[in-house]
Amino acid sequence: MSETESEIPQSEIPQSDLPEDGRYRLRLYVAGQTAKSLAAMTNLKRFCEEHLAGRYEIEVVDLMQNPQLAAGDQILAIPTLVRRLPAPLKRIIGDLSNTEKVLVGLDIRPDLDARAASPAEAGSPTVKQP
Amino acid sequence: MNEPAAESGPTLPDSAPALPKAATGIEGFDAVTFGGLPAGRPSLVCGAAGCGKTLFATTFLVNGATRYGEPGVFMSFEERAEDLVANVASLGYDLGGLIAQGKIAVDHVRVERSEIEETGDYDLEGLFIRLGFAVDAIGAKRIVLDTIETLFSGFSDEAVLRAELRRLFGWIKERGLTAIITGERGAGQLTRQGLEEYVSDCVVLLDNRVEDQITTRRLRVVKYRGSAHGTNEYPFLIDAEGISVLPVTSAELDYPVSDGVLATGIAGLDAMLGAGGFYRGSGILISGEAGTGKTMVCASLVDAACARGERCLAFVFEESGAQIVRNARSVGLDLGRHVESGLLRYEAARPSLYGLEMHLARMQRDIDRFRPDLVVVDPLSALRGPDAELQATVLRMADLLKSRGITAVFTSLREDGSLGRDGDIGVSSLMDAWIKLLNVEANGERSRTLYLIKARGMSHSNQVREFAMSREGLQLVDAYIGPAGVLTGTARAVQEAEEAAAALRRAQENRRRQREAERRRRSLERQIDELRADLDALAGEEAILLDEDERREAALESERDARAVRRGG
Repeated sequence: MSETESEIPQSEIPQSDLPEDGRYRLRLYVAGQTAKSLAAMTNLKRFCEEHLAGRYEIEVVDLMQNPQLAAGDQILAIPTLVRRLPAPLKRIIGDLSNTEKVLVGLDIRPDLDARAASPAEAGSPTVKQP
Repeated sequence: MNEPAAESGPTLPDSAPALPKAATGIEGFDAVTFGGLPAGRPSLVCGAAGCGKTLFATTFLVNGATRYGEPGVFMSFEERAEDLVANVASLGYDLGGLIAQGKIAVDHVRVERSEIEETGDYDLEGLFIRLGFAVDAIGAKRIVLDTIETLFSGFSDEAVLRAELRRLFGWIKERGLTAIITGERGAGQLTRQGLEEYVSDCVVLLDNRVEDQITTRRLRVVKYRGSAHGTNEYPFLIDAEGISVLPVTSAELDYPVSDGVLATGIAGLDAMLGAGGFYRGSGILISGEAGTGKTMVCASLVDAACARGERCLAFVFEESGAQIVRNARSVGLDLGRHVESGLLRYEAARPSLYGLEMHLARMQRDIDRFRPDLVVVDPLSALRGPDAELQATVLRMADLLKSRGITAVFTSLREDGSLGRDGDIGVSSLMDAWIKLLNVEANGERSRTLYLIKARGMSHSNQVREFAMSREGLQLVDAYIGPAGVLTGTARAVQEAEEAAAALRRAQENRRRQREAERRRRSLERQIDELRADLDALAGEEAILLDEDERREAALESERDARAVRRGG
């Protein structure tokens, strides 16, 4: 259990053009359109708009359709939100209803993030649905 | 390894319902459980750290993939796939190869509490998806979850976990997967998280105990729903050959019995036995103190067997094979040629090298591989251990050999044939024949004697024999039994010499008396001859006198006639 690096197969994940630009690359793993999954998606979007407006990317992976992706990110619980960037990798499980815990989990400090958020970078978030 | 081990183990009651079973391929375990684990259901294998749970589970998967055509998924919650591959390589399993062939899939599930933040409702659907994906990818029939309890350290919502575990075991049954769930032994219950509550079809408990600084692994089938099973604790062994469980002993004594006779190579000993040797497949005990010649009697048996082209396997605990070969040369036995021809093999090991179980398991394996006709254990009394275990070990050893129809020769240093320090572990009653070698001390010398205490099923001499070892080989000499008692060695020689001298004296006396009688007879005959000669002489004289008388009478007659003529008659 001494691994510190993630085991994500790199080929399956689009690389960020700007690895350390302060953008958040988030991946939400769900399994079908369950109540928990839908709640998590809604909560995540709301949360990102509130705290990370304009500097986040969300990728939603439905494991029902892509079960092979579960092992790579060590997914057990559903839903799981993985913060791929900025490093280090973080995992948040649950429907993200507890905003405070999501903040802690994503390591977001509201004051710093508020300052970093500049109008130039504000834009629509890219949400991919595989 | 492939042969069914059902010959030793409890027997299946006839009325037992036929529950589908998935063979584990673990020698002995399938015998104890009458076929293996319940097919299509989860079984719990629990035990303390280091007792072999993971190896048991891996063996189940590897055998499934290699022998029974059932691919398997190993979901490891503790070891990484590469660690697992490396660890089981020591058992001779090529897990990497099986993974490459798509017969086994390993998925390492990493559960790190510090990386997980819980922010609301969740379930473990991800685990199901991973498992389902791996199972579908290789068409798995078997799965192992090792150790699923790790989940409890990663997730804080126990209610969710327990609900999900229940769902998982239900899912396993639904999919018809034969599963092994491993669990760490907990205080007061079989597993820390009470997994036995969920997996109730079959529970196997592994144990690793240290007694007298020797570790023995044991296995017990705690429960097996819907099936009979052996209820004892069975020792099991993990070594380079994998796992073997050794069912203690069969209750029946239903060995095939042979009428064949095995000559001992010692003419005098064969002569003592009504059948001209020992029965094949019997157990022979040779007891005697140090230096009474046990090993050489064994060597003689071995030499005779090898000379007949039979295979012999000798487990020796006090000497090396080479040493025995050298020593046997001094009594004119060339064992070296049998070793070279491959008919004879010595397996030498110090008794303290392994525990009794290990010794037994090693013997069983070697015997099954070498397939000998004769096995020698020299000396049995070198094995040390707790008395109860020693007794069981010897019993199983004898069983092991008898069930295979192998003639077994055991030596024991104890005169009474017992094993333990207090002497209540009798092995002699297990044996079919018992040769007792005894050193007799008298007149400042020791001589070896040999008794045949018993030989089941044949008449045998009840007489003591003097047992001599020389360059010419082993010989039995009839001991002197006479008015002066039983004499051996020099005393026997002296007594025999005295008797010989006395006999000579008697013979000489007889001859002298015969000569005397002859002489007297001859002298009498001589006298008779002389008298007869006198008689003849006398008779001759008598005839002459008679003749003269007649002639004189005639002369007188004629003269008288003449005178009458002259007178003018």
